[in-house]
Amino acid sequence: MVVPLVEMRGITKVFPGVVANDGVNLSVQAGEIHALLGENGAGKSTLMSILTGLYRPDGGEIYIDGQRANFRSPRDAIAAGIGMVHQHFRLVAPFTVTENVALGLKGGLKLNLNKLAGEIAALSKEYGLQVDPQARIWQLSVGEQQRVEIIKLLYRHARVLILDEPTAVLTPQEARDLYQTLKKMAARGCAVIFITHKLQEVMDAADTITILRGGKTVATVKKSETNEKELARMMVGREILWQVNKPAPRKGDKVLEIKDLKALNDKGLPALRGINLAVYAGEILGIAGVAGNGQRELAEVIAGLRPSQGGTITVAGQELGQCDPCRVINAGVGYIPEDRLGMGLVPNLGAVDNLLLKEYRHPRWGKILLNRRAARQWARELVERFQVKMAGLDAPVKMMSGGNLQRLLLAREISTRPRLLVAVYPARGLDVGATETVHRLLLEQRAAGTAILLISEDLEELFRLADRIAVMYEGEIMGLVATEEASVEEVGLMMAGAKRMEVSA
Amino acid sequence: MVGSSLPGPAPAPLFTWEKRLEPSRVMAVIVPVIAVILALGVGAIFLAATGFNPLKVYQSMLYGVIGSKYGLSETVVKAIPLMLAGLGVSVAFRMLLWNIGAEGQFYMGAFGASFVALTFPNLPAYIMLPAMFVAGIAMGGLWAVLPALPKARWGVNEVITTLMLNYVAILWVDYQVYGPWKDPKGFNFPLTAPFSKAAILPTIAGTRIHLGLIFALLAAIMLTIILWRTRWGYEIRVIGESPRAARYAGIKIERNIILVMLLSGALAGLAGMSEVAGITHRLQHGISPGYGYTAIIIAWLAKLHPATIILVSFLFSGLIVGGYSVQTSGVPAATVSMLQGAILFFVLGGEILTRYRLHFGRKEGK
Repeated sequence: MVVPLVEMRGITKVFPGVVANDGVNLSVQAGEIHALLGENGAGKSTLMSILTGLYRPDGGEIYIDGQRANFRSPRDAIAAGIGMVHQHFRLVAPFTVTENVALGLKGGLKLNLNKLAGEIAALSKEYGLQVDPQARIWQLSVGEQQRVEIIKLLYRHARVLILDEPTAVLTPQEARDLYQTLKKMAARGCAVIFITHKLQEVMDAADTITILRGGKTVATVKKSETNEKELARMMVGREILWQVNKPAPRKGDKVLEIKDLKALNDKGLPALRGINLAVYAGEILGIAGVAGNGQRELAEVIAGLRPSQGGTITVAGQELGQCDPCRVINAGVGYIPEDRLGMGLVPNLGAVDNLLLKEYRHPRWGKILLNRRAARQWARELVERFQVKMAGLDAPVKMMSGGNLQRLLLAREISTRPRLLVAVYPARGLDVGATETVHRLLLEQRAAGTAILLISEDLEELFRLADRIAVMYEGEIMGLVATEEASVEEVGLMMAGAKRMEVSA
Repeated sequence: MVGSSLPGPAPAPLFTWEKRLEPSRVMAVIVPVIAVILALGVGAIFLAATGFNPLKVYQSMLYGVIGSKYGLSETVVKAIPLMLAGLGVSVAFRMLLWNIGAEGQFYMGAFGASFVALTFPNLPAYIMLPAMFVAGIAMGGLWAVLPALPKARWGVNEVITTLMLNYVAILWVDYQVYGPWKDPKGFNFPLTAPFSKAAILPTIAGTRIHLGLIFALLAAIMLTIILWRTRWGYEIRVIGESPRAARYAGIKIERNIILVMLLSGALAGLAGMSEVAGITHRLQHGISPGYGYTAIIIAWLAKLHPATIILVSFLFSGLIVGGYSVQTSGVPAATVSMLQGAILFFVLGGEILTRYRLHFGRKEGK
């Protein structure tokens, strides 16, 4: 048999209290696209951090081209031809593409940027990675930035390319382009490893699949010899229900009405260019779109965290004034922000304090003094009802897993019985089990008559949950379709801005 | 090609750092203790280099503090302003407001109290002292609200504004004691006339320990209750931990910036008031030997915890008193400042140990 390009044997990595990798084996041939599939916490990232020299394994061996390798730092891994595209790009925004590629290159003091730009252009042509070497990073779309990251690795002659959830930020069309690029690289003798927990992605792009669960290797299979169902079972360890039983919507009164809403993004550029939307009690309105097309700004304006530049937002007949989160909360709006730990929760405080975040003003906790004992009791009940697992009610919540954090956040937002729930990427980064829980809770709220605005970039999620789907592109609604009548292709085209429908909101 | 450049077995590094999953509690206690020892070590090298016997110097410093009733009581006396000012800066720090202006707020508190005492010398004690108390915290609070307003409105960096207002306050007091308020019978020294009897805080018999100690202890208790038992304290803690989450929850950050700075300055102002009413019994040039700055170190070392601030204040006042007692044998006065700085230096440096684990020369391929 051919010697694999990368072989990891019996890799073990122990963190205090957690065995992140427990005798993991991974073998990747040159010329193949290898998916590393597993839920969050399965040990995928730890394994790749070991391969890229960020962590040192507590046990096990790494062979590159059959030769024993001992990476003491990321520098050693790069020298061995291993490169990684992280989920959060490592690019310097004010620099040009060429300057970013030049960063960290070895060599003398002299830097011939023009020569470099030429080489970049040649590389990008060869691999179908369209990008202007002179463009500055901040001017590029997320998809283009990802291409820059890949070019960086190609320029350094990386033979092993690792991508961490590469399609999370892409449109279906952009994802397809990426797969083409990956195939070209594999054809030229590289090995491509990509980390994912999306089955669709695996079936679309991978040749071989290694499944991790609980820090152990479950199996390595050829794509041609498996199917989605089998993969899902190996990943989760049990059968999962893909079909959600969704009763027909009981559409009630109009809860949220947005008229001609305009707002700026953080850079002061228009992010919302006249949005019109309405959400009714008992329905889920999904907002599809590639991240960065105004979805975050839309949610923030509704939540009162971002000033609007024009237009109105009305909740249950009551107009929300200018940028006042307190008023929005009192109007009965729950908000699940995209950044759980950065905005929705206070990382260093415990569960009690975090559950109180929107509740502490309520007079039942006392006017000046907070009745800690009552609050604790109430928090304990919520934690039990929503099955949040944690070390203790006072342990900093940053220690909790993503799924439990989201349960805690949902527990708080749902327990106030909101009229309107704005959920932004509620299942992002969650494993299959936790995603299931989040989806179940959202559907329960829908059945209870809450109006839900669900912003997501996961089309599968939207098609499963939403009653209607609106597509946002560059701050505008490109179209609004009833989910039963929508097709993924159509929505995908609107996400890419290639198609526009007449909207009669 | 690349294979030949693969890193083979190489000498293991002397040590490596690894991030801890959570900060170590053990280290959080050990680090400050080791830091104090290391700081004393550095001080010893300095003393030895300048021709003193460090052991003897430290011994007589210690004796100066705990060797006599006077030393002990002076340690308490010096700890009072440190506690109050330290509590003051700690509450601002907790909200990530870097109030470097405790020194100026101390001076303005002393000024406010002195204004009352000098303008209405005939008030009875039961009106005089409360009036001085109020004037002290009002002036200290005002001096902190001054930089808080532009901070809340436009985000003006409070480090710069609070620091600069220190000089304004010190020079303002200097102007008074060199000018309009100078004691005509004071042989041209920069000090005011002594306060009337009614304007003097009661003391423990035979010592200079005054009522300010009670103020400081009550302030520590009050702060503990505010921070962990009230709605306002909850807001302060949330803002301090995550301003974004606070905004998300509808907490008014701007209003809290002003209120917290008011409280912070009021406590430093109270320190100034109790110093003039308890110790000097008049306003004078250089009323604080940098209590407001030492308070910053104390608050930081105490991790902003009120009860710990009380304890650490005793450590630092002991250093000051010990420093005074060895000055007579020719040890420079700056030695104490140097020790203070060295302690802070080592504590901050040692904090990496609470967040990272150190591995010494680990074996490979195990």
